[in-house]
Amino acid sequence: MQVGKASIKFEEPPVIESMASIVGKKEGQGPLGKLFDVVEQDDMFGADTWEQAESALQKQTADLAIEKGDVRKKDIRYLFAGDLLGQLIATSFGTVDLEIPLFGLFGACSTMGEALNLGAMTVAAGYADKVLAMASSHFATAEKQFRFPLGYGSQRPSSASWTVTGCGAVILTKNRKEGIAAITGITTGRMVDMGIRDSMNMGAAMAPAAFHTIQQNFDDFNVDENYYDKIITGDLGKVGRTILLDFMKNKGHDLETIHTDCGIEIFDPDSQDTHAGGSGCGCAASTLCSYILPKIKDGTWKRVLFVPTGALLSTVSFNEGETIPAIAHGVVIEHIGN
Amino acid sequence: MEVNKKAYEAYVKEVTPVNKKFPNIIRAFLVGGIICTIGQICTTLIMNQGAEKDTASAWTTLILIAASVILTGLNIYPKIAKFGGAGALVPITGFANSVVAPAVEFKAEGQIFGIGCKIFTIAGPVILYGILSSWVLGVIAYVLKAFGIV
Repeated sequence: MQVGKASIKFEEPPVIESMASIVGKKEGQGPLGKLFDVVEQDDMFGADTWEQAESALQKQTADLAIEKGDVRKKDIRYLFAGDLLGQLIATSFGTVDLEIPLFGLFGACSTMGEALNLGAMTVAAGYADKVLAMASSHFATAEKQFRFPLGYGSQRPSSASWTVTGCGAVILTKNRKEGIAAITGITTGRMVDMGIRDSMNMGAAMAPAAFHTIQQNFDDFNVDENYYDKIITGDLGKVGRTILLDFMKNKGHDLETIHTDCGIEIFDPDSQDTHAGGSGCGCAASTLCSYILPKIKDGTWKRVLFVPTGALLSTVSFNEGETIPAIAHGVVIEHIGN
Repeated sequence: MEVNKKAYEAYVKEVTPVNKKFPNIIRAFLVGGIICTIGQICTTLIMNQGAEKDTASAWTTLILIAASVILTGLNIYPKIAKFGGAGALVPITGFANSVVAPAVEFKAEGQIFGIGCKIFTIAGPVILYGILSSWVLGVIAYVLKAFGIV
């Protein structure tokens, strides 16, 4: 059912039947280290190039989600997946062997939100009984594409984030009473551009998008922050969180205690030198599948608004002096049963 | 959104932490100083072997470049640069690092389109504008000399 301007409330909520998360060594040493399904010690994932490594990461994670859910590959009708690389090469090469019809998605770091939005719509509408939603990022491929070669010596500003090497995948299913959690609604984000040009301060570029989507969600569903046990953004980091909380406060919403951010949760900035926090598609995706969903499953949190955030810049737009437009997609995830 | 972009920019500046300048300057001084001291030690030792100053300088440059290349390959130079900032960036070792790092990174894309095309992605502007500015200075010096000013 369409609600408000940009949201959908599902009468028969798609159920998250299975989840998998695989991360790199550094993420494994972080605060969530023990929660991931697999912590791969080899950042090359047994491949010859960084791009192949990210593809291998996607393949392993998809296979693991399928295996954990005890699902047959051929029963998954669609795959919604994406990554950060140009022309989505991590996804296109990583999902060849799955032989599942694919929608390749680019929403920068918000990709998991986009995949869940589309996946849930597809399942709820009856166009698929099962879909797989997945997003990945790799520190080395992202650095190579967006910043500097790994061997180049430079200092990062304190507002910079650290791209997560990781992948998260979930299988969404129709007509189930049991499972990990249910997606009861979505709020699809729109582009928000507040004129930020500093690619080393993406939290500041994305915070207004997160604010907009959360506010839209409140308006569309006619609720406020008390409706949720947690509101979890993707990779705003410390700077972005400060801005989001300030913006929300101006609107009379106090998110201080219920808000957290995957980028803040996944790393310990003091011991891991990650500055503002983690980022990348894999940040929100792997945190969802290791930390957030289990807490919803066991009932610690009954209802969570998951809001992956993406900064949609490219090296070309950046070099041409463009601003950094951003997007954030909201997903309402609820505990199943009492 | 009611907040206008100018106001937002100013607000972002306010809430974004800045790197501490003073410790950075001290570290840059230490690292840059150590690299230059090593260079001076090399020059002096080579000159003690009986080499001319120019020859000794050339050898010193080669030694520093080789050291930087090896340290980049071993992933040690980025750590030095992270600590030392401009102290590691400005000496010739920083320049060598900026050439080697893309070469290593883009090796996977082949000898021509990988290493060949990408090796100067960082150092290229320094080379181009370095040559351009020396040309401009040369012209100025020529003109000044022609008029007997210098």
